[in-house]
Amino acid sequence: MTERNQILRISKLGKTFDTRSGSFEALRDVDLSIHEGEFVSVIGHSGCGKSTLLNLVAGLEMATLGGVFLEGRLVDGPGPERAVVFQNHSLLPWLTVYGNVRLAVDKVFGGRKTSAERDGWTREMLDLVNMAHAAEKRPSEISGGMKQRVGIARALAMEPKVLLLDEPFGALDALTRAQLQDSVMEIHARLGNTVVMITHDVDEAVLLSDRIVMMSNGPAAGIGEIHDVALPRPRRRLELGENADYLAARSAVMRFLTRNRTDKAA
Amino acid sequence: MKTAALAIVEPMEESPAEMRETHEPVPPERETMRHEPSRLGNALRPVLLPAITFALVLLGWTIMQAAFVPAFPDVPAVWNKAVEIFSDPFYVYGPNDMGIAWQVMYSLGRVLAGFFLALAVGIPAGFLIGANKTFEQAWMPLIAILRPVSPLAWLPIGLLVFRAVDPSAIFVIFITSIWPVILNTAAGVKAIPQDYLNVARVLNFNRREMVTKIYVPATLPYMLTGMQLSLGTAWMVIVAAEMLTGGIGIGFYIWDEWNNLSVPSIIVAIVIIGCVGIMLETGMGFVRRRYDYTGKKE
Repeated sequence: MTERNQILRISKLGKTFDTRSGSFEALRDVDLSIHEGEFVSVIGHSGCGKSTLLNLVAGLEMATLGGVFLEGRLVDGPGPERAVVFQNHSLLPWLTVYGNVRLAVDKVFGGRKTSAERDGWTREMLDLVNMAHAAEKRPSEISGGMKQRVGIARALAMEPKVLLLDEPFGALDALTRAQLQDSVMEIHARLGNTVVMITHDVDEAVLLSDRIVMMSNGPAAGIGEIHDVALPRPRRRLELGENADYLAARSAVMRFLTRNRTDKAA
Repeated sequence: MKTAALAIVEPMEESPAEMRETHEPVPPERETMRHEPSRLGNALRPVLLPAITFALVLLGWTIMQAAFVPAFPDVPAVWNKAVEIFSDPFYVYGPNDMGIAWQVMYSLGRVLAGFFLALAVGIPAGFLIGANKTFEQAWMPLIAILRPVSPLAWLPIGLLVFRAVDPSAIFVIFITSIWPVILNTAAGVKAIPQDYLNVARVLNFNRREMVTKIYVPATLPYMLTGMQLSLGTAWMVIVAAEMLTGGIGIGFYIWDEWNNLSVPSIIVAIVIIGCVGIMLETGMGFVRRRYDYTGKKE
Protein backbone atom coordinates (compact mmCIF):
# COMPACT_ATOMS: atom_id res chain seq x y z
CA MET A 1 0.00 0.00 0.00
CA THR A 2 1.33 3.42 -0.87
CA GLU A 3 1.94 6.16 1.66
CA ARG A 4 -1.34 8.01 2.17
CA ASN A 5 -2.63 10.74 4.41
CA GLN A 6 -4.43 9.85 7.55
CA ILE A 7 -7.93 11.29 7.16
CA LEU A 8 -9.85 9.88 10.11
CA ARG A 9 -8.54 9.26 13.59
CA ILE A 10 -10.49 7.62 16.37
CA SER A 11 -8.78 8.26 19.67
CA LYS A 12 -9.45 6.66 23.07
CA LEU A 13 -13.12 6.54 22.14
CA GLY A 14 -15.57 5.43 24.81
CA LYS A 15 -19.34 5.45 24.96
CA THR A 16 -21.53 4.84 27.98
CA PHE A 17 -25.31 4.87 27.69
CA ASP A 18 -27.54 5.87 30.56
CA THR A 19 -30.32 3.32 30.60
CA ARG A 20 -33.17 2.83 33.00
CA SER A 21 -31.33 -0.07 34.64
CA GLY A 22 -28.15 1.91 35.18
CA SER A 23 -25.34 2.89 32.87
CA PHE A 24 -24.13 0.60 30.11
CA GLU A 25 -20.61 0.90 28.76
CA ALA A 26 -20.84 0.02 25.07
CA LEU A 27 -17.36 0.99 23.88
CA ARG A 28 -14.04 1.44 25.65
CA ASP A 29 -10.71 2.75 24.39
CA VAL A 30 -11.22 2.41 20.67
CA ASP A 31 -8.18 3.63 18.72
CA LEU A 32 -8.06 3.54 14.95
CA SER A 33 -6.52 5.54 12.13
CA ILE A 34 -7.92 5.42 8.63
CA HIS A 35 -6.08 6.62 5.55
CA GLU A 36 -7.42 8.47 2.59
CA GLY A 37 -8.98 6.13 0.04
CA GLU A 38 -8.92 3.19 2.40
CA PHE A 39 -11.83 0.76 2.67
CA VAL A 40 -12.16 -0.41 6.27
CA SER A 41 -14.69 -2.93 7.49
CA VAL A 42 -15.73 -3.24 11.10
CA ILE A 43 -16.94 -6.73 11.93
CA GLY A 44 -18.18 -8.29 15.13
CA HIS A 45 -21.01 -10.19 16.72
CA SER A 46 -24.34 -8.43 17.03
CA GLY A 47 -24.48 -6.20 20.06
CA CYS A 48 -20.73 -5.62 20.09
CA GLY A 49 -21.15 -1.90 19.60
CA LYS A 50 -20.09 -1.66 15.97
CA SER A 51 -23.16 0.40 15.07
CA THR A 52 -22.46 2.63 18.06
CA LEU A 53 -18.96 3.15 16.71
CA LEU A 54 -20.37 4.18 13.33
CA ASN A 55 -22.90 6.53 14.94
CA LEU A 56 -20.07 8.18 16.87
CA VAL A 57 -18.05 8.66 13.68
CA ALA A 58 -21.16 10.00 11.95
CA GLY A 59 -21.73 12.38 14.85
CA LEU A 60 -25.27 11.09 15.38
CA GLU A 61 -24.21 10.23 18.92
CA MET A 62 -21.71 11.97 21.14
CA ALA A 63 -18.72 10.22 22.67
CA THR A 64 -18.50 9.89 26.43
CA LEU A 65 -14.71 9.73 26.35
CA GLY A 66 -12.12 10.40 23.67
CA GLY A 67 -13.08 11.62 20.24
CA VAL A 68 -13.21 11.25 16.49
CA PHE A 69 -11.07 13.53 14.35
CA LEU A 70 -11.70 14.14 10.66
CA GLU A 71 -8.65 15.77 9.04
CA GLY A 72 -7.53 16.81 12.50
CA ARG A 73 -10.85 18.45 13.46
CA LEU A 74 -12.95 17.05 16.27
CA VAL A 75 -16.30 15.69 15.14
CA ASP A 76 -18.99 17.44 17.19
CA GLY A 77 -22.11 16.57 15.23
CA PRO A 78 -23.40 14.98 12.04
CA GLY A 79 -22.54 16.45 8.67
CA PRO A 80 -22.50 15.69 4.95
CA GLU A 81 -18.71 15.24 4.91
CA ARG A 82 -19.42 11.98 6.77
CA ALA A 83 -22.39 10.74 4.74
CA VAL A 84 -24.16 7.65 6.04
CA VAL A 85 -25.82 4.85 4.10
CA PHE A 86 -28.31 3.52 6.61
CA GLN A 87 -29.13 -0.14 6.98
CA ASN A 88 -32.78 0.34 6.08
CA HIS A 89 -32.07 2.77 3.20
CA SER A 90 -34.02 5.60 4.94
CA LEU A 91 -35.33 7.07 1.71
CA LEU A 92 -38.04 9.68 2.19
CA PRO A 93 -41.17 7.95 0.85
CA TRP A 94 -42.89 11.12 -0.35
CA LEU A 95 -40.02 11.99 -2.71
CA THR A 96 -39.09 10.24 -5.94
CA VAL A 97 -35.76 8.48 -6.35
CA TYR A 98 -34.48 11.63 -8.06
CA GLY A 99 -36.01 13.82 -5.33
CA ASN A 100 -34.26 11.90 -2.59
CA VAL A 101 -30.84 12.44 -4.15
CA ARG A 102 -31.65 15.98 -5.23
CA LEU A 103 -32.61 16.87 -1.64
CA ALA A 104 -29.05 16.11 -0.54
CA VAL A 105 -27.49 17.78 -3.59
CA ASP A 106 -29.53 20.96 -3.05
CA LYS A 107 -28.54 21.15 0.58
CA VAL A 108 -24.82 20.48 0.10
CA PHE A 109 -24.28 22.40 -3.15
CA GLY A 110 -27.13 24.91 -2.89
CA GLY A 111 -24.91 27.96 -2.71
CA ARG A 112 -22.15 26.76 -5.01
CA LYS A 113 -23.80 25.22 -8.04
CA THR A 114 -26.56 26.36 -10.37
CA SER A 115 -29.82 24.47 -10.58
CA ALA A 116 -28.78 22.92 -13.90
CA GLU A 117 -25.47 21.78 -12.43
CA ARG A 118 -27.22 20.23 -9.44
CA ASP A 119 -29.64 18.45 -11.75
CA GLY A 120 -26.71 17.11 -13.75
CA TRP A 121 -24.88 15.98 -10.61
CA THR A 122 -28.01 14.25 -9.27
CA ARG A 123 -28.45 12.35 -12.54
CA GLU A 124 -24.74 11.49 -12.65
CA MET A 125 -25.00 9.95 -9.19
CA LEU A 126 -28.09 7.96 -10.14
CA ASP A 127 -26.24 6.79 -13.22
CA LEU A 128 -23.29 5.73 -11.06
CA VAL A 129 -25.48 3.32 -9.11
CA ASN A 130 -27.41 2.25 -12.23
CA MET A 131 -30.66 3.81 -11.05
CA ALA A 132 -31.10 6.49 -13.72
CA HIS A 133 -33.92 4.46 -15.27
CA ALA A 134 -36.04 4.71 -12.10
CA ALA A 135 -35.46 8.40 -11.37
CA GLU A 136 -39.14 9.27 -11.28
CA LYS A 137 -40.25 6.23 -9.25
CA ARG A 138 -41.16 6.39 -5.57
CA PRO A 139 -39.31 4.29 -3.00
CA SER A 140 -42.41 2.13 -2.54
CA GLU A 141 -42.26 1.17 -6.20
CA ILE A 142 -38.70 -0.20 -6.27
CA SER A 143 -37.04 -3.26 -4.73
CA GLY A 144 -34.94 -3.32 -1.56
CA GLY A 145 -31.69 -3.55 -3.49
CA MET A 146 -32.67 -0.59 -5.65
CA LYS A 147 -33.55 1.44 -2.56
CA GLN A 148 -30.12 0.75 -1.13
CA ARG A 149 -28.55 1.83 -4.44
CA VAL A 150 -30.42 5.13 -4.16
CA GLY A 151 -29.26 5.42 -0.55
CA ILE A 152 -25.68 5.01 -1.76
CA ALA A 153 -26.22 7.57 -4.53
CA ARG A 154 -27.62 10.04 -2.01
CA ALA A 155 -24.61 9.58 0.27
CA LEU A 156 -22.08 9.81 -2.59
CA ALA A 157 -23.83 12.91 -3.94
CA MET A 158 -22.72 14.78 -0.80
CA GLU A 159 -19.09 14.20 -1.86
CA PRO A 160 -18.25 12.95 1.60
CA LYS A 161 -14.68 12.82 2.89
CA VAL A 162 -15.60 9.55 4.54
CA LEU A 163 -18.48 7.34 3.42
CA LEU A 164 -20.07 5.43 6.29
CA LEU A 165 -21.97 2.24 5.49
CA ASP A 166 -24.06 0.78 8.33
CA GLU A 167 -24.65 -2.87 7.40
CA PRO A 168 -25.81 -1.63 4.02
CA PHE A 169 -26.65 -5.03 2.56
CA GLY A 170 -27.91 -6.73 5.70
CA ALA A 171 -31.54 -6.74 4.66
CA LEU A 172 -30.96 -7.99 1.11
CA ASP A 173 -31.06 -11.47 -0.40
CA ALA A 174 -27.75 -13.13 -1.33
CA LEU A 175 -27.89 -12.43 -5.08
CA THR A 176 -28.84 -8.78 -4.71
CA ARG A 177 -26.22 -8.44 -2.02
CA ALA A 178 -23.49 -9.77 -4.34
CA GLN A 179 -24.54 -7.35 -7.07
CA LEU A 180 -24.42 -4.40 -4.71
CA GLN A 181 -21.05 -5.45 -3.32
CA ASP A 182 -19.69 -5.47 -6.87
CA SER A 183 -21.19 -2.04 -7.46
CA VAL A 184 -19.62 -0.67 -4.29
CA MET A 185 -16.23 -2.10 -5.28
CA GLU A 186 -16.54 -0.54 -8.70
CA ILE A 187 -17.52 2.85 -7.29
CA HIS A 188 -14.71 2.70 -4.73
CA ALA A 189 -12.23 1.91 -7.51
CA ARG A 190 -13.50 4.78 -9.62
CA LEU A 191 -13.90 7.50 -6.99
CA GLY A 192 -11.30 6.36 -4.48
CA ASN A 193 -13.38 7.40 -1.46
CA THR A 194 -12.55 6.55 2.08
CA VAL A 195 -15.12 4.05 3.32
CA VAL A 196 -15.95 2.66 6.74
CA MET A 197 -18.39 -0.23 6.55
CA ILE A 198 -20.11 -2.02 9.40
CA THR A 199 -20.87 -5.64 8.57
CA HIS A 200 -21.41 -9.06 10.09
CA ASP A 201 -20.63 -10.90 6.86
CA VAL A 202 -17.10 -12.32 6.75
CA ASP A 203 -16.94 -12.80 2.97
CA GLU A 204 -18.24 -9.30 2.39
CA ALA A 205 -15.59 -7.86 4.68
CA VAL A 206 -12.75 -9.77 3.01
CA LEU A 207 -13.95 -9.07 -0.51
CA LEU A 208 -14.37 -5.31 -0.09
CA SER A 209 -11.84 -4.21 2.51
CA ASP A 210 -8.25 -3.10 2.68
CA ARG A 211 -8.39 -3.68 6.42
CA ILE A 212 -10.78 -5.58 8.63
CA VAL A 213 -11.28 -4.31 12.16
CA MET A 214 -12.57 -7.08 14.41
CA MET A 215 -14.40 -5.99 17.52
CA SER A 216 -14.49 -7.89 20.76
CA ASN A 217 -17.80 -8.54 22.45
CA GLY A 218 -19.46 -5.99 24.69
CA PRO A 219 -20.01 -4.65 27.21
CA ALA A 220 -17.03 -2.31 27.00
CA ALA A 221 -16.22 -3.62 23.53
CA GLY A 222 -13.06 -2.59 21.79
CA ILE A 223 -10.90 -3.50 18.84
CA GLY A 224 -9.75 -7.09 19.13
CA GLU A 225 -7.63 -7.56 16.02
CA ILE A 226 -6.96 -5.79 12.75
CA HIS A 227 -6.28 -7.80 9.62
CA ASP A 228 -4.76 -6.32 6.47
CA VAL A 229 -6.26 -7.77 3.32
CA ALA A 230 -3.38 -7.80 0.84
CA LEU A 231 -5.45 -8.90 -2.17
CA PRO A 232 -4.78 -6.83 -5.28
CA ARG A 233 -7.59 -4.83 -6.87
CA PRO A 234 -9.71 -5.12 -8.91
CA ARG A 235 -10.98 -8.17 -7.13
CA ARG A 236 -13.29 -10.64 -8.77
CA ARG A 237 -15.35 -12.74 -6.43
CA LEU A 238 -15.19 -15.85 -8.61
CA GLU A 239 -11.40 -15.88 -8.82
CA LEU A 240 -10.96 -15.34 -5.11
CA GLY A 241 -12.42 -18.70 -4.13
CA GLU A 242 -9.03 -20.48 -4.33
CA ASN A 243 -6.81 -17.48 -3.61
CA ALA A 244 -4.53 -18.19 -0.63
CA ASP A 245 -4.56 -14.60 0.66
CA TYR A 246 -8.33 -14.54 0.51
CA LEU A 247 -8.65 -17.80 2.37
CA ALA A 248 -6.09 -16.67 4.95
CA ALA A 249 -7.96 -13.46 5.61
CA ARG A 250 -11.24 -15.29 5.76
CA SER A 251 -10.03 -17.85 8.25
CA ALA A 252 -8.32 -15.18 10.38
CA VAL A 253 -11.64 -13.38 10.77
CA MET A 254 -13.53 -16.62 11.31
CA ARG A 255 -11.06 -17.70 13.98
CA PHE A 256 -11.46 -14.40 15.78
CA LEU A 257 -15.24 -14.47 15.65
CA THR A 258 -15.40 -18.08 16.80
CA ARG A 259 -13.04 -17.39 19.67
CA ASN A 260 -15.14 -14.43 20.76
CA ARG A 261 -18.41 -16.20 20.45
CA THR A 262 -20.44 -15.93 23.60
CA ASP A 263 -22.37 -18.94 24.73
CA LYS A 264 -25.50 -16.85 24.74
CA ALA A 265 -25.19 -16.02 21.07
CA ALA A 266 -24.59 -19.63 20.03
CA MET B 1 -73.18 12.83 17.44
CA LYS B 2 -70.54 10.39 16.33
CA THR B 3 -67.77 10.83 18.83
CA ALA B 4 -66.19 7.62 17.58
CA ALA B 5 -65.38 9.41 14.36
CA LEU B 6 -63.04 11.69 16.27
CA ALA B 7 -60.60 8.90 17.03
CA ILE B 8 -57.11 8.87 15.60
CA VAL B 9 -57.00 6.82 12.48
CA GLU B 10 -53.81 5.70 10.77
CA PRO B 11 -53.61 6.88 7.17
CA MET B 12 -55.24 4.24 5.10
CA GLU B 13 -52.95 2.20 2.96
CA GLU B 14 -54.22 2.82 -0.49
CA SER B 15 -51.82 3.89 -3.14
CA PRO B 16 -51.56 3.30 -6.83
CA ALA B 17 -48.26 1.53 -6.20
CA GLU B 18 -49.84 -1.05 -3.99
CA MET B 19 -52.79 -1.51 -6.26
CA ARG B 20 -50.45 -2.25 -9.12
CA GLU B 21 -48.47 -4.79 -7.17
CA THR B 22 -51.30 -6.85 -5.78
CA HIS B 23 -51.75 -9.95 -7.83
CA GLU B 24 -55.26 -9.92 -9.06
CA PRO B 25 -56.50 -13.22 -10.41
CA VAL B 26 -57.78 -11.61 -13.60
CA PRO B 27 -55.77 -8.90 -15.38
CA PRO B 28 -58.05 -5.97 -16.24
CA GLU B 29 -57.24 -5.98 -19.96
CA ARG B 30 -58.40 -9.57 -20.31
CA GLU B 31 -61.56 -8.67 -18.51
CA THR B 32 -62.48 -6.05 -21.08
CA MET B 33 -61.59 -8.28 -24.01
CA ARG B 34 -63.85 -11.13 -23.08
CA HIS B 35 -67.57 -10.59 -23.12
CA GLU B 36 -68.84 -13.45 -21.05
CA PRO B 37 -72.20 -12.88 -19.38
CA SER B 38 -70.76 -13.56 -15.91
CA ARG B 39 -68.09 -10.88 -16.39
CA LEU B 40 -70.65 -8.41 -17.66
CA GLY B 41 -72.72 -9.22 -14.58
CA ASN B 42 -69.69 -8.50 -12.42
CA ALA B 43 -69.32 -5.09 -14.02
CA LEU B 44 -72.98 -4.29 -13.40
CA ARG B 45 -73.00 -5.46 -9.78
CA PRO B 46 -71.90 -2.14 -8.25
CA VAL B 47 -74.87 -0.48 -9.98
CA LEU B 48 -77.39 -3.28 -9.83
CA LEU B 49 -77.11 -4.27 -6.18
CA PRO B 50 -77.57 -0.75 -4.73
CA ALA B 51 -80.47 -0.22 -7.15
CA ILE B 52 -82.16 -3.31 -5.74
CA THR B 53 -81.58 -2.03 -2.19
CA PHE B 54 -83.10 1.35 -3.04
CA ALA B 55 -86.08 -0.33 -4.68
CA LEU B 56 -86.61 -2.51 -1.59
CA VAL B 57 -86.45 0.51 0.71
CA LEU B 58 -88.99 2.40 -1.42
CA LEU B 59 -91.24 -0.68 -1.42
CA GLY B 60 -90.96 -1.08 2.34
CA TRP B 61 -91.66 2.61 2.78
CA THR B 62 -94.80 2.39 0.62
CA ILE B 63 -96.11 -0.66 2.50
CA MET B 64 -95.36 0.77 5.95
CA GLN B 65 -96.91 4.11 5.04
CA ALA B 66 -100.08 2.56 3.66
CA ALA B 67 -100.50 0.01 6.45
CA PHE B 68 -99.31 1.71 9.65
CA VAL B 69 -98.40 5.42 9.38
CA PRO B 70 -100.83 7.23 7.09
CA ALA B 71 -99.54 10.60 8.39
CA PHE B 72 -96.18 9.88 6.75
CA PRO B 73 -95.92 11.09 3.12
CA ASP B 74 -95.87 8.45 0.42
CA VAL B 75 -93.20 8.15 -2.28
CA PRO B 76 -94.99 10.16 -4.99
CA ALA B 77 -95.63 13.03 -2.55
CA VAL B 78 -91.93 13.25 -1.72
CA TRP B 79 -91.01 12.95 -5.39
CA ASN B 80 -93.35 15.80 -6.32
CA LYS B 81 -91.91 17.91 -3.51
CA ALA B 82 -88.38 17.18 -4.76
CA VAL B 83 -89.33 18.25 -8.29
CA GLU B 84 -90.84 21.42 -6.86
CA ILE B 85 -87.78 22.18 -4.72
CA PHE B 86 -85.30 21.55 -7.51
CA SER B 87 -87.31 23.44 -10.12
CA ASP B 88 -86.27 26.73 -8.51
CA PRO B 89 -83.40 26.17 -6.09
CA PHE B 90 -82.10 29.75 -6.25
CA TYR B 91 -85.21 31.80 -5.43
CA VAL B 92 -84.99 34.61 -2.87
CA TYR B 93 -88.29 35.80 -1.37
CA GLY B 94 -86.68 37.50 1.60
CA PRO B 95 -84.02 36.79 4.22
CA ASN B 96 -86.04 33.93 5.76
CA ASP B 97 -87.28 32.35 2.55
CA MET B 98 -84.65 31.30 0.06
CA GLY B 99 -84.22 28.37 -2.33
CA ILE B 100 -82.68 25.09 -1.25
CA ALA B 101 -79.36 25.82 -3.03
CA TRP B 102 -78.89 28.94 -0.91
CA GLN B 103 -79.66 27.00 2.28
CA VAL B 104 -77.03 24.40 1.40
CA MET B 105 -74.48 27.03 0.42
CA TYR B 106 -74.91 28.98 3.65
CA SER B 107 -74.40 25.76 5.62
CA LEU B 108 -71.37 24.81 3.53
CA GLY B 109 -69.93 28.30 3.98
CA ARG B 110 -70.17 28.02 7.78
CA VAL B 111 -68.66 24.53 7.71
CA LEU B 112 -65.74 25.62 5.57
CA ALA B 113 -65.12 28.78 7.60
CA GLY B 114 -65.05 26.85 10.88
CA PHE B 115 -63.04 24.05 9.30
CA PHE B 116 -60.30 26.33 7.93
CA LEU B 117 -60.11 28.23 11.21
CA ALA B 118 -59.66 24.87 12.94
CA LEU B 119 -56.85 23.99 10.50
CA ALA B 120 -55.14 27.33 11.11
CA VAL B 121 -55.12 26.71 14.85
CA GLY B 122 -55.10 22.90 15.01
CA ILE B 123 -52.19 22.11 12.68
CA PRO B 124 -49.63 24.31 14.48
CA ALA B 125 -51.00 23.11 17.83
CA GLY B 126 -50.72 19.50 16.69
CA PHE B 127 -47.11 20.06 15.62
CA LEU B 128 -46.22 21.57 18.98
CA ILE B 129 -47.90 18.77 20.92
CA GLY B 130 -46.40 16.07 18.73
CA ALA B 131 -42.87 17.45 18.71
CA ASN B 132 -42.57 18.80 22.24
CA LYS B 133 -43.03 16.68 25.34
CA THR B 134 -43.65 19.74 27.54
CA PHE B 135 -46.48 20.96 25.32
CA GLU B 136 -47.94 17.49 25.22
CA GLN B 137 -47.99 17.15 28.99
CA ALA B 138 -49.36 20.65 29.43
CA TRP B 139 -52.18 20.46 26.89
CA MET B 140 -53.29 16.84 26.52
CA PRO B 141 -55.36 16.69 29.74
CA LEU B 142 -57.39 19.73 28.67
CA ILE B 143 -57.93 18.26 25.21
CA ALA B 144 -58.90 14.93 26.77
CA ILE B 145 -61.63 16.67 28.78
CA LEU B 146 -62.99 18.82 25.96
CA ARG B 147 -62.83 16.30 23.11
CA PRO B 148 -65.75 14.06 24.20
CA VAL B 149 -68.06 17.07 24.66
CA SER B 150 -70.69 17.45 21.97
CA PRO B 151 -69.75 20.58 20.03
CA LEU B 152 -73.37 21.77 20.38
CA ALA B 153 -72.74 22.33 24.07
CA TRP B 154 -70.56 25.23 22.98
CA LEU B 155 -73.35 26.95 21.07
CA PRO B 156 -74.70 28.98 24.01
CA ILE B 157 -71.20 30.13 24.80
CA GLY B 158 -70.75 31.14 21.17
CA LEU B 159 -74.03 33.06 21.24
CA LEU B 160 -73.04 34.74 24.49
CA VAL B 161 -69.62 35.79 23.20
CA PHE B 162 -70.45 36.71 19.61
CA ARG B 163 -74.09 37.82 20.02
CA ALA B 164 -74.78 36.73 16.44
CA VAL B 165 -75.87 33.54 14.72
CA ASP B 166 -73.23 33.20 12.03
CA PRO B 167 -70.11 33.46 14.16
CA SER B 168 -71.68 31.18 16.76
CA ALA B 169 -72.34 28.44 14.21
CA ILE B 170 -68.83 28.84 12.80
CA PHE B 171 -67.48 28.64 16.35
CA VAL B 172 -69.30 25.34 16.90
CA ILE B 173 -67.82 23.94 13.67
CA PHE B 174 -64.40 25.18 14.75
CA ILE B 175 -64.73 23.25 18.01
CA THR B 176 -65.96 20.20 16.10
CA SER B 177 -63.09 20.21 13.65
CA ILE B 178 -60.18 21.10 15.85
CA TRP B 179 -59.78 17.93 17.92
CA PRO B 180 -59.23 15.41 15.11
CA VAL B 181 -56.88 17.88 13.41
CA ILE B 182 -54.77 18.40 16.54
CA LEU B 183 -54.68 14.74 17.54
CA ASN B 184 -53.94 13.35 14.09
CA THR B 185 -51.27 15.95 13.38
CA ALA B 186 -49.63 15.21 16.73
CA ALA B 187 -49.82 11.46 16.09
CA GLY B 188 -48.25 12.00 12.66
CA VAL B 189 -45.38 14.03 14.06
CA LYS B 190 -44.73 11.38 16.69
CA ALA B 191 -44.76 8.64 14.07
CA ILE B 192 -41.91 10.16 12.05
CA PRO B 193 -39.21 7.49 12.02
CA GLN B 194 -35.87 8.37 13.60
CA ASP B 195 -34.27 7.41 10.26
CA TYR B 196 -35.76 10.42 8.48
CA LEU B 197 -34.52 12.68 11.24
CA ASN B 198 -31.05 11.11 11.00
CA VAL B 199 -31.00 11.80 7.26
CA ALA B 200 -31.90 15.41 8.01
CA ARG B 201 -29.22 15.63 10.69
CA VAL B 202 -26.51 14.28 8.39
CA LEU B 203 -27.57 16.94 5.87
CA ASN B 204 -27.35 19.60 8.60
CA PHE B 205 -30.91 20.80 8.01
CA ASN B 206 -31.78 23.91 9.97
CA ARG B 207 -35.06 24.23 11.84
CA ARG B 208 -36.95 25.67 8.88
CA GLU B 209 -35.73 22.96 6.49
CA MET B 210 -36.52 20.35 9.12
CA VAL B 211 -40.14 21.55 9.22
CA THR B 212 -40.71 22.11 5.50
CA LYS B 213 -38.75 19.13 4.15
CA ILE B 214 -39.27 16.46 6.81
CA TYR B 215 -41.98 17.24 9.37
CA VAL B 216 -44.70 18.59 7.07
CA PRO B 217 -44.44 16.04 4.24
CA ALA B 218 -44.04 13.15 6.69
CA THR B 219 -47.10 14.26 8.69
CA LEU B 220 -49.29 15.23 5.73
CA PRO B 221 -51.14 11.89 5.40
CA TYR B 222 -52.04 11.99 9.10
CA MET B 223 -53.15 15.62 8.86
CA LEU B 224 -55.34 14.81 5.86
CA THR B 225 -56.89 11.87 7.71
CA GLY B 226 -57.72 14.24 10.57
CA MET B 227 -59.13 16.75 8.12
CA GLN B 228 -61.32 14.14 6.46
CA LEU B 229 -62.74 13.10 9.85
CA SER B 230 -63.26 16.74 10.85
CA LEU B 231 -65.06 17.75 7.71
CA GLY B 232 -67.41 14.76 7.83
CA THR B 233 -68.34 15.42 11.45
CA ALA B 234 -68.63 19.17 10.86
CA TRP B 235 -71.22 18.57 8.16
CA MET B 236 -73.27 16.49 10.61
CA VAL B 237 -72.96 19.06 13.38
CA ILE B 238 -73.92 22.08 11.26
CA VAL B 239 -77.41 20.66 10.67
CA ALA B 240 -78.05 20.42 14.41
CA ALA B 241 -76.46 23.81 15.10
CA GLU B 242 -78.62 25.56 12.51
CA MET B 243 -81.76 23.97 13.91
CA LEU B 244 -80.95 25.81 17.12
CA THR B 245 -79.72 29.09 15.66
CA GLY B 246 -82.35 29.56 12.97
CA GLY B 247 -82.09 32.13 10.19
CA ILE B 248 -80.81 30.31 7.15
CA GLY B 249 -79.08 27.03 6.37
CA ILE B 250 -80.08 23.47 5.62
CA GLY B 251 -80.53 22.69 9.33
CA PHE B 252 -82.82 25.67 9.78
CA TYR B 253 -84.66 24.64 6.62
CA ILE B 254 -85.50 21.25 8.15
CA TRP B 255 -86.72 22.86 11.36
CA ASP B 256 -88.72 25.43 9.43
CA GLU B 257 -90.37 22.74 7.30
CA TRP B 258 -91.17 20.80 10.47
CA ASN B 259 -92.94 23.88 11.78
CA ASN B 260 -94.78 24.06 8.44
CA LEU B 261 -95.58 20.33 8.87
CA SER B 262 -94.06 19.70 5.44
CA VAL B 263 -92.52 16.29 6.02
CA PRO B 264 -91.81 15.65 2.28
CA SER B 265 -89.49 18.68 2.28
CA ILE B 266 -87.64 17.23 5.28
CA ILE B 267 -87.09 13.92 3.51
CA VAL B 268 -85.80 15.72 0.42
CA ALA B 269 -83.48 17.77 2.66
CA ILE B 270 -82.16 14.58 4.31
CA VAL B 271 -81.25 13.16 0.90
CA ILE B 272 -79.57 16.44 -0.07
CA ILE B 273 -77.56 16.48 3.17
CA GLY B 274 -76.44 12.92 2.49
CA CYS B 275 -75.35 13.75 -1.05
CA VAL B 276 -73.41 16.84 0.01
CA GLY B 277 -71.77 14.75 2.75
CA ILE B 278 -70.67 12.19 0.17
CA MET B 279 -69.22 14.98 -1.97
CA LEU B 280 -67.23 16.39 0.94
CA GLU B 281 -66.02 12.94 1.92
CA THR B 282 -65.03 12.02 -1.64
CA GLY B 283 -63.28 15.32 -2.20
CA MET B 284 -61.22 15.04 0.99
CA GLY B 285 -60.55 11.35 0.32
CA PHE B 286 -59.23 12.24 -3.10
CA VAL B 287 -56.89 14.88 -1.65
CA ARG B 288 -55.78 12.47 1.08
CA ARG B 289 -54.91 9.69 -1.33
CA ARG B 290 -53.13 12.16 -3.58
CA TYR B 291 -50.64 12.89 -0.78
CA ASP B 292 -50.53 9.50 0.87
CA TYR B 293 -47.08 8.04 0.42
CA THR B 294 -47.56 5.10 2.80
CA GLY B 295 -47.89 2.68 -0.04
CA LYS B 296 -45.93 -0.45 0.70
CA LYS B 297 -44.48 -0.93 4.14
CA GLU B 298 -41.67 -3.34 4.83
